[in-house]
Amino acid sequence: MKPQDQRGFSRRDVIRALGALSGVVGAAGLGLAQYGSAAGHGTPHPGPAPTHQGHGGNTLVGAVDPKNNGFDPLDLLVDWDHGRVSKLPDGRTLREYEFTAEEKEIEIAPGIFFPAWTYNGRVPGPTIRCTEGDLLRVRFVNASTHPHTIHFHGFHPAAMDGTPLPANGGLVPPGGSYTYEFEAQPFGCHKYHCHAASLKRHLHKGMYGAFIVDPREGRPPAREFVMVMNAFDTNFDSANEVYAVNTVGFEYARRPVPIRRGELVRVYLMNMVEFDLLNSFHTHGLLFDYYDHGTTLTPTLRMVDTVVQAQGQRGILEFRAPYSGPFMFHAHVSEFTELGWMGHFNVVDEKDWAKALQNSGLGADWDRRGQNGATVAWKGSPRADEPSAAELARRIYQSAKDREA
Amino acid sequence: MSPDLDDPKAPAKPGPGGFGWALALVPLLLLGLVMAYLVATGGGLRDLAGPPVESLKIQRITLPEPGLIRVEVVNDGPQTVTIPQVLVDDAYWTFSATPSTTIPRLGRATFTIPYPWVREEAHRVMLITSLGMTLEGEIPVAVTTPKITADLFGRFALIGLYVGVVPVLLGMLWYPWMRRLSRPAMNFILSLTVGLLVFLAVGTYLDANEFATGLPAFWQGVPAVIFVALIALGVLLALGTRGVRKEPDPLGLSYRIALGIGLHNLGEGLAIGAAFALGEAALGTFLVLGFTLHNITEGVGIVAPVVRNNPGLRHFGWLALLAGGPAILGVWLGGFAFNPVLATVFLAVGIGAILQVIWEVGRLVAKDSAALGQPLVNWVNLAGLTAGIAVMYLTAFLVKF
Repeated sequence: MKPQDQRGFSRRDVIRALGALSGVVGAAGLGLAQYGSAAGHGTPHPGPAPTHQGHGGNTLVGAVDPKNNGFDPLDLLVDWDHGRVSKLPDGRTLREYEFTAEEKEIEIAPGIFFPAWTYNGRVPGPTIRCTEGDLLRVRFVNASTHPHTIHFHGFHPAAMDGTPLPANGGLVPPGGSYTYEFEAQPFGCHKYHCHAASLKRHLHKGMYGAFIVDPREGRPPAREFVMVMNAFDTNFDSANEVYAVNTVGFEYARRPVPIRRGELVRVYLMNMVEFDLLNSFHTHGLLFDYYDHGTTLTPTLRMVDTVVQAQGQRGILEFRAPYSGPFMFHAHVSEFTELGWMGHFNVVDEKDWAKALQNSGLGADWDRRGQNGATVAWKGSPRADEPSAAELARRIYQSAKDREA
Repeated sequence: MSPDLDDPKAPAKPGPGGFGWALALVPLLLLGLVMAYLVATGGGLRDLAGPPVESLKIQRITLPEPGLIRVEVVNDGPQTVTIPQVLVDDAYWTFSATPSTTIPRLGRATFTIPYPWVREEAHRVMLITSLGMTLEGEIPVAVTTPKITADLFGRFALIGLYVGVVPVLLGMLWYPWMRRLSRPAMNFILSLTVGLLVFLAVGTYLDANEFATGLPAFWQGVPAVIFVALIALGVLLALGTRGVRKEPDPLGLSYRIALGIGLHNLGEGLAIGAAFALGEAALGTFLVLGFTLHNITEGVGIVAPVVRNNPGLRHFGWLALLAGGPAILGVWLGGFAFNPVLATVFLAVGIGAILQVIWEVGRLVAKDSAALGQPLVNWVNLAGLTAGIAVMYLTAFLVKF
């Protein structure tokens, strides 16, 4: 939210304020007789009550029906898109995707509708999941009224960079299409987004998603979630009104995210918030290791309970919850917390697992997908060497030259 | 006027008897048909329908008790608006809405928010519509909105007394001295009265405009101020010139000056009452002091027309009450039950009343100047006028900040 202008306080301001323009404490008095009753006599707001009271009143009133949006923030946590998989003659894996830019009104908080620009009708877009070295082929069709692109993070040829520059693939006009094809490098927790100008608008309108590249030896088995921290500027004043993870404010407070006590949890976290410089992720009652960008196999930050991400920054969190019970997670930017970016992990013992899933409206399928997202099984030990970025680039350069020859 | 209408001998036109009155209904019936057609078919303008337009005004925010905020909203836009969520200090907050979160055009709703507001600190309330538009209201200094108690009622009356009745009475005490003034000196005093009235007319107009601009759009507050002022002026002029006497009754003029000044003082009372309701007690006390000084010249203006014939103490009492009493009413209204529509109307009537007495006192100055063989705009009159404006302007330094 925008900071308020510091205004001088004058007698005239007092009167004007009373006059209504900016409503101000006026009077009860005679008006009070009219409203005579105490608080709570108003009509209760329609919609189910939040399952978790005790936010001290800081909550959205009502609920968003996932049917209206066509996607459910709880489901997005474990919704990996492995693409259409086939083998190339050279032995590499080919993953093909169809992305369509669509304009769609989405409900980002109960009763608040936002005219979003989406990839495949959802915000965030599909979570691409592949293994390092796979060839990705993403066919992009623009079915909207504005030109768009897909810009992937990571190594790739210039023509696949997805910026307005013609040599980068250029803008894909309404009705047009373009196929982005490149080898997924390096492994990590990446993202893609539209790079058309104005960048801010194309981003905050919803054109972004996670692009997760698994290391070839896999990662230790864990319950995995993708969490895209996002926000929406509903009144287009270059400041956000609703903050969330995976789009719907306070959804994980209303329907807590179940995890088993003691199990390894891995969160692919990214910050897609516009206008605000920083966002953060804070866990209650547990500490985590953090892999910035997810491009290393050893943590870049150990034993922390808060991590800060700049715009577009991302990383992987790994933790286990030693105690059962509800534990908040939220931005430690309190303003964002109170504007929707707050949720709960519901840590339960095995005996309570089925009930925890049920409480949040989740089923066995959600449980299974949370544990089977990886495109490659854990080989038991990480690679011996972790190359520097420059060294990895040298190797990609070498293999690209070999292929071209 | 056409001779037809004026001439009593003109042939009589058929009266509106029989079914003649039905002719008056024809345009109305056709209008009904056109409206029905537009509503039913869109009149071929469907493609022109643009995005929804949302417009709302927060009328009042009250703090009826600790831990509770109440927001009154009016929909002055062209269509129904839904407010699904409410924020306080940039935090989504639970609330209830009466009668509904969906407000039809010209409709009202009251939002009750159980928010632990902090005494003497500032808060901001924001309403967000289903389309994500936001409407913000300020609580500059949070204090429990005053409730009517005998004690507070009395204290507010006392404030009105200090800023309205007392200075007017004190100003009137120049009367014995004024009676000894020469005719030219008296012209100076009357010109001074015109000056202070001009100052009050301008000030009242600006105050009325500030209220008017804050009103929901359908009230058309800004032009309405001018219309109400003109109508008030017209009515008062008609009343003031009734009868066959050429001389305006001096005492009547004094009463009319007192009325105009009274309506102006009502506005000042509103400001002070509002300041107290806003928790700005310190501001209120300072305003009381300022207005007491500022208003003292008003007494001079009121008694200036009756210098030559003393109407007696009783009338002085009524005049002081008429000019100063409304300040008490203003403080009550401002402090307990503010209504911006009424405030606008009162001030607009006040403008008309002041303009009318400017006219009357001006005529008095013109007559006296003529009797002295001088033009209306002479140096004495001009000095009086300037002095009147200057005194009001300079003492207003105490009440403008």
